[in-house]
Amino acid sequence: MSRVTRFAARDPGPAARISGFIAHLRDNGMRLGVAETSLALSALCEVEAISPETSHQALKAVCTSCKEEAEKFGALFDSYWMDMGRVKQKIVQTAASDGSDCVHSSRDAHDEDGKGSGSSSTPDGSDGQAESDGEGLLIATKVSNLMHKDLRDIVDTDDIAEAEKVARKLGAALRDRRSRRRVAALKGDRLHFRKIIRASLATGGEPLKLMKKHRPDRPRKIVALCDVSGSMTIYSKVFLAFLMGLMKGDPTADAYLFHTRLVRITEALRDKDTKRAVGRMSLMADGFGGGSQIGPSIARFAKSYAKRFVDGRSVVLILSDGYDTSPPAVMGSALAHLKKRGCKIIWLNPLKGWRDYAPVADGMTAALPYLDLFCAANTLADLSVLDREVISI
Amino acid sequence: MTWNNLQTALADSGYIASDDLSVAIHLSITLGRPLLLEGAAGVGKTQLASSLATQRSSRLIRLQCYEGLDAAQAIYEWNYQRQLLSIRAAAEDGETGQSVEARIFSREFLLERPLLAAITQKTPPVLLIDEIDRADEEFEAYLLEILSEFQVTIPELGTITATSKPIVILTSNGTRDLSDALRRRCLYAYVDYPSRETELAILSARCPAVETRLRVQIVGFVQKLREEDLEKVPGIAETLDFAAALMGLGIADLTSNPAALQNTLSTLLKTQSDRAHITSEVAGRIAGRSV
Repeated sequence: MSRVTRFAARDPGPAARISGFIAHLRDNGMRLGVAETSLALSALCEVEAISPETSHQALKAVCTSCKEEAEKFGALFDSYWMDMGRVKQKIVQTAASDGSDCVHSSRDAHDEDGKGSGSSSTPDGSDGQAESDGEGLLIATKVSNLMHKDLRDIVDTDDIAEAEKVARKLGAALRDRRSRRRVAALKGDRLHFRKIIRASLATGGEPLKLMKKHRPDRPRKIVALCDVSGSMTIYSKVFLAFLMGLMKGDPTADAYLFHTRLVRITEALRDKDTKRAVGRMSLMADGFGGGSQIGPSIARFAKSYAKRFVDGRSVVLILSDGYDTSPPAVMGSALAHLKKRGCKIIWLNPLKGWRDYAPVADGMTAALPYLDLFCAANTLADLSVLDREVISI
Repeated sequence: MTWNNLQTALADSGYIASDDLSVAIHLSITLGRPLLLEGAAGVGKTQLASSLATQRSSRLIRLQCYEGLDAAQAIYEWNYQRQLLSIRAAAEDGETGQSVEARIFSREFLLERPLLAAITQKTPPVLLIDEIDRADEEFEAYLLEILSEFQVTIPELGTITATSKPIVILTSNGTRDLSDALRRRCLYAYVDYPSRETELAILSARCPAVETRLRVQIVGFVQKLREEDLEKVPGIAETLDFAAALMGLGIADLTSNPAALQNTLSTLLKTQSDRAHITSEVAGRIAGRSV
């Protein structure tokens, strides 16, 4: 029996099927527009579309645009066009929840793009490493408090004013990255021939005035990812104030919070009214103080927002203690993915300020090779001296 | 020409393309879309462009990308020295300013760089934009106009539209993510390390002098070597070098001379740690298994 999907008799024809297929790909996370649909149709006119293999190859060339998409294209193609032979295999078992049996929730904690699913019943357990010195208990009780607490009680306005100064200073230190592309300038190291020729026309070919060009300093964009999971609650006062200050001081900065989910808070923090901004942030950070999934959160960031907001001129600041409930390999590959955008990655770890601290948490060890700078940051004072260190990267 | 014919024609000019890749090239030619090739270094992305140019007997225009590449090096530049001389000469002849200006900003004084050269050919050339991931985001933005409209706008001269649409091939090693805007203008193919059969075919096409027995051994050895945990996995270019080295040393059997095998490994392993990892014993074991 042929595996090819049998379409309904009232099916309007190939064009509709192709647009159905493109919609199917779109549903599965590929970004395709109307232009791709028409391109796919004209591509099929150029090959023997009667052969499933050839159609597969042609549509693959048109619809995919990176290695990951090319890899998953086969399955997506089969599920749409080769439906008949695969009916049995399509019964996909959903991943068993790794949460405890005592907790039953009708609602799964889904992230903003509706793909990966976090389990709402997973507490902040990180292989016992976080709790080794008795801090764990303290944090655990704090978690329950904070669950009902408003972020407005944590962040106070004076801190934000202070943090704004710190963030401005840091921003200024990170600012300059020399561009290789020259632009016209009064004082420069090279002659701007195009301008000189234009000007010398007036003086009969005698270049009296020499215009210059130089390599300008281009601003860097700061992208901050702040961990607000349970183990970080005692530091969030500082970090959230820092984020607020950063957003106020630098109009191009970008900020995100994560615990088990990732949420973009840039828009909320741009609110002129500080109190309201914190209020909006606390609404968005629903689940604040819960478990931490650093690796998956960074992976999600690298796959979604980073494509739009991170480029070679960005500096990604990660504010986290590195205690991750997910496997360290996830963290490694997520950071490798992020690093591919060409950005610099700075990790500010509050625990590093402790005496005898070594980055032994598995997640932290996996992250180290990808970091351009790994620093301590407990208090605003720590953050304010950071600008001396970031100059070197 | 169907894609099968294209595949055979490419094979005749010494390039063995997989079915996926052949369909993608075929579509890129017939639909007039640029083709973006991604894959590890040394899997034959650049070679494809030159083989395609040979097969179509058209010109290959190559633009090697690097950080800071700008319009002056990629698209066009005015010939400033000539312009200066011409202005001086015109001043002595008493030519009016306007006619001088019209003359020195004409095509005559324009230096064509690869991208402009590619769209002003009489017959469609193959334009290879190599390692686009090395150029920066600004350069990607320059490329967008050229790749979608096939035209270049020069402020002094106006818009130059393509006399013939080049076949555009972009390659990327994936050191940096490319922008979605660029990706969606291109057809895409991922070039992977070749399968055993493909690599045998490539070796027999490129190094016909190697005997069948040794050829099977070489391909088996390299395929096994790729499964090892290496920093830089050897590509097809390395396989061909390896075969040439063995031929040059007159080795007919990989297992017969471990010392010579270890010496020729410098063609396959390109980092110190990889060399240290594949010791003589390991190489011997792999060679023994590869028959």
